[in-house]
Amino acid sequence: MPMQYAIETTELTKGYKNKIAVDRLNLRVGEGEIFGFLGPNGAGKTTTILMLLGLTEPTFGSARVCGYDPTREPLKVKRMAGYLPEKVGFYDDMTARQNLEYTAALNGLSTGAAKKKIDELLELVGLVDVAEHKVGTFSHGMKQRLGIADVMIKDPKIAFFDEPTAGIDPEGTDQVLTLIRGMARRNVTVFISSHQLHQVQKVCTRVGIMANGRLVAEGSVDELGRKVIGGGKFRIEAQVSPVSDRLLTVVRGVRGVSNVDVEGDRLLISCDEDIRPQIARAIIDSESLLLQMKIEEYSLDDIYLRYFRD
Amino acid sequence: MKGLMAVFWKELSDHFSSLRFIILSLLIYLAGIATIYVAAQNIRADVTAATRFIFLRLFIVSGESVPFSFPFFLALFIPIIGIALGFDAINSERTSGNLSRILSQPLYRDSVINGKFLAGLVTLSILILSIVTLVAGMGLRMIGIPPTAEEVLRLFVFVLVSIIYGGFWLSLAVLFSVFFNRTATSALASVAVWLFMFLFVGMIATFVANAIVPIDQSSSIDALARHDEIFRSISRVSPSTLYGESVQILLMPELSNPSSTLVLISIYTAGMIPTPLSLGQSLLVVWPQVTSLIALTALCFAASYIKFMREEVRST
Repeated sequence: MPMQYAIETTELTKGYKNKIAVDRLNLRVGEGEIFGFLGPNGAGKTTTILMLLGLTEPTFGSARVCGYDPTREPLKVKRMAGYLPEKVGFYDDMTARQNLEYTAALNGLSTGAAKKKIDELLELVGLVDVAEHKVGTFSHGMKQRLGIADVMIKDPKIAFFDEPTAGIDPEGTDQVLTLIRGMARRNVTVFISSHQLHQVQKVCTRVGIMANGRLVAEGSVDELGRKVIGGGKFRIEAQVSPVSDRLLTVVRGVRGVSNVDVEGDRLLISCDEDIRPQIARAIIDSESLLLQMKIEEYSLDDIYLRYFRD
Repeated sequence: MKGLMAVFWKELSDHFSSLRFIILSLLIYLAGIATIYVAAQNIRADVTAATRFIFLRLFIVSGESVPFSFPFFLALFIPIIGIALGFDAINSERTSGNLSRILSQPLYRDSVINGKFLAGLVTLSILILSIVTLVAGMGLRMIGIPPTAEEVLRLFVFVLVSIIYGGFWLSLAVLFSVFFNRTATSALASVAVWLFMFLFVGMIATFVANAIVPIDQSSSIDALARHDEIFRSISRVSPSTLYGESVQILLMPELSNPSSTLVLISIYTAGMIPTPLSLGQSLLVVWPQVTSLIALTALCFAASYIKFMREEVRST
């Protein structure tokens, strides 16, 4: 039996009148993964999610979510998949609890079970104190946390978050990401679409990068870094004087260095580990002066920018 | 089914706690009380020893200070209630960002429309039933003549037809709320249709009938009848006409035809004395009107379904 994927798309395509939003997307997300679906605005991320949830129909190709086709059996998919839309809305004149009660009712939960579940979830997302307040008075961050509770009411096997951290402050972002990580710990597959790389980088086990409707890269952040930048995970920048050929040969020979570039009096060294001491020694051994040295971890930003520059 | 009921109960409680509902009830109660008060004042002049359905007359009679009868008020206000309860059904959910959240729950999309329509219809029914009961009760106190069993039955059918009429306007408003993204647009569109149906269809019908068969005082009976026929068939485009005709037949058992001209002609030419129809006969006369109203409602529904079922739902 083939491995069961939480999400599997084959040549999934969505065309609108004058543009192709998603172009032959082949995507596989395993169970229990936190998959970051990245790309600039208009790359086709939301359209993909809508197709995966049966909220819009693909023009071509097919998708499977938890083994079901969202176009043919939308209800089966929706029973297992939670969705937090980008601009999530609640009924402003109802309290947080009432909003969750309505979702529970729509999912067919009995009143008793719903109450228990709602108490538990309000506790989890830290909204117990404001449970009886009208949602209209909530901040964006609170609404987002309420949205996570809303998604979790049905005990989803897979959860889709569309730009979950857009427009909320760092503290709120942190809370949201912690909650999302907590869901994954409960064995929920998480699919996050976002253009905010830093935040997604913190939680995702794997990412896919979308540009103009196509999936241009896929893999873990480390893998992508290596593939895209052709080097290791770290970048050491050393200011030296003078830059001699001998120096370059010696530095290139240091164990763990995968690439060295020269930019003026700076060496840009990419490597897999933090090997600053070895590099420092190599520079001094080759009779150059080491003026300054700093290390950076490759971030998704670099990878991302590299893709969109091309 | 569970999803449908969840939507239904939520919408119903929304309706009953909304300011909109309170304003509408005030409006319709005031209108109802005013008309019945005037009717009770004038009923003595209207009733003769031969009048058989005195209690029903109470709903028909109008006076000088309020020149409209109760059914006329209903024909005017029921569309407003229907529109008010339905014009933002779908598009407000869309703009508030609730729609994508709701539709990602395991329920069929039609459950959302159906639940909302049902909740609107029940609210509407409660309003109509309460106003008719209130008016009947007040009338009973004022004239002191209890209704006969047939009168009660006729009033009951009258309420039913009123609810169907309201159902049409509700479904039209829901249809517009599916088609237009802004609530202001859907509200205006519904009101425009209502004004057109209520005011302009009659004017157009008169205009066309006058153009085809000009009549004056010396016109022959045939010409009068033909004029009337053309006028009627055009104005029946309007649900308000259909409702008005049904109500007339139901509340005035002595009418055998919705056209008063035709009734008068038959009295003068054939020397017929109008005898009241039985309830069954009256129902047969109004049957086409009522089925047309139901068909129009179904049409609006079908259009809403077609648009809504396969539509892409984005949260923007």
